[in-house]
Amino acid sequence: MTALPTRKLEAWRYTDLKSLAAISFADSAPAAVPDNLPDLGIPRLVFLNGAYNAALSTPPDYLSDFAEVAEASSLPLALINAEHARDGITIKIPENTDAGAILLISHASATSPLAFHPRHRITLAAGAKLTLIEISTGTGIYWHNQVMDIAVHEGATLAHYRLQDEAEKSFHLATIRAQIAQHAAYEAFTATIGAKLSRAEFHASLSGKNAHTHLNAAQLLGRHQHADFTTVVAHDAENCASRQTVKSVLSGHARGVFQGRIEVARIAQKTDGYQMTQALLLSDTAEMDIKPELEIFADDVKCSHGATIGALDPEQLFYLRSRGIPEPESRALLIRAFLEEALEPVTHDGARQLFDNAIANWWTHQ
Amino acid sequence: MLEIQNLSARIGEKEILRGVTLTVPDGEVHAIMGPNGAGKSTLSYVLSGREGYEVTAGTVTFNGQDLLAMEPEQRAAAGIFLAFQYPVELPGVGNANFIRTALNAIRRARGEPELDAVAFLKLARAAIKNLSMPDDMLKRNVNVGFSGGEKKRNEVLQMALLQPSLSILDETDSGLDIDALKIVADGVNALRSKRFSALVITHYQRLLDHIVPDRVHVLAAGKIVRSGGPELALELEAHGYANLEAA
Repeated sequence: MTALPTRKLEAWRYTDLKSLAAISFADSAPAAVPDNLPDLGIPRLVFLNGAYNAALSTPPDYLSDFAEVAEASSLPLALINAEHARDGITIKIPENTDAGAILLISHASATSPLAFHPRHRITLAAGAKLTLIEISTGTGIYWHNQVMDIAVHEGATLAHYRLQDEAEKSFHLATIRAQIAQHAAYEAFTATIGAKLSRAEFHASLSGKNAHTHLNAAQLLGRHQHADFTTVVAHDAENCASRQTVKSVLSGHARGVFQGRIEVARIAQKTDGYQMTQALLLSDTAEMDIKPELEIFADDVKCSHGATIGALDPEQLFYLRSRGIPEPESRALLIRAFLEEALEPVTHDGARQLFDNAIANWWTHQ
Repeated sequence: MLEIQNLSARIGEKEILRGVTLTVPDGEVHAIMGPNGAGKSTLSYVLSGREGYEVTAGTVTFNGQDLLAMEPEQRAAAGIFLAFQYPVELPGVGNANFIRTALNAIRRARGEPELDAVAFLKLARAAIKNLSMPDDMLKRNVNVGFSGGEKKRNEVLQMALLQPSLSILDETDSGLDIDALKIVADGVNALRSKRFSALVITHYQRLLDHIVPDRVHVLAAGKIVRSGGPELALELEAHGYANLEAA
């Protein structure tokens, strides 16, 4: 197996996989069928312990077999995935087709340590549209090492919403690579709530003129959770826009990481890049590490980044309480308001509801 | 009925209130006037339960309940409302959602059924019309991008919808032009009844032309130094606070 990356690598400086390396994982296990699988009233694809379950799925059109060949990669986790991947979905939306919304569920039930490495591939032909909603959840100790390769062709739009709500002792490492063509849009939002240690790593390449992407995230962490949101946006064509709003709410001894790199190629004039990360620390022992990187070779470019770290505002809290709203509800309202901007790309009602519920549920368990 | 007995309070080591005694019976509007630094805002914050103030002596009861032992939200549920001198901005919180959450929290605390979004909007639209406020004020984020006058009107809107039995208006007239002042005063006057009382805190007399008080108290250096009828406000306007010690 390809070795796990260590903190000696700059890209892994803030996230230590030692606790993952110390565990020996089985590569398959019989799955228990969970009681309440989420149902949003849209086509649903269900993976149990990393294996596709036809009985629980209501597949959409445009579904084809697991992609046998992995994309070439130099990323250590994508390489590990390529060595071990045994299942995954391949979706191809034909030209000018609005495919509606699809729900992709990963549910793990590990009675002893288990690792699974799904490989998914989503392709939207020119002018196609799709909303993909992902939920990852489970019980026990497991390692979910997902790779998703995305191609959004000319004028197509993919909305991609991810809810990472994995089990308390689990590991979730996701690598998402997106190619975004001329006039195409990739609108992504990730909510990180679960897992002991997680990382969502996005590599988005804006490869045609006037392409657009949102890579937004919300991290809601407590206890000793560690979550890393890493993005690399490559502006490889003129007039492209990238927007990243990352909001972290950290309590207990939680640690959040955001590494955001924007690479602007010499040809990518009129690039519009924006990156904002804000953290709300609810305890003295929580920690946020932020590393923005701009690498700009074009000369007519607008790129901005900003970062703030703070606590809940006592004035706002008192204002709400003076109106009769109890303290816990007031805090929840302020936290929800803090996250609002990150949720901007989430335009699908069912997905909104899903995230609203997950955020409210997180708060009531703090 | 609000009964304040010998109330003393400080911020850190600084003594601000030094034995305030004051009774506001149901149905009455009392004005508290006084120079800057007299302790007017401190009194409003101590009554509404803001953190950072230490009560060193005295008692406050509201309808027989020990007000000082209650959390701010319990005071609101008991019927107390503070119209802020500087209303707080809440980015990301819609005004309608905010006021409905508050109203329903208060209704819950009182054992009353909650209002759904439709019933609330009907109430809110009517209230907004009475206050000559634009409709979009409900949709905007709480106080974000509001002018000074709009913020104050938004306080009165909340008051109109939450229907308190005691309102504390902390310098509600500051930063208002005469038209906005009238609208705010009309909003308060509309609430006047046998079961509503108000403590109007102001530096100037002009608000009291529109909200005519039953009693006027002068707060200076943390104490009520004079009390009288509405004519006292006129006297202060004519002679200023400088002559207080002599009087």
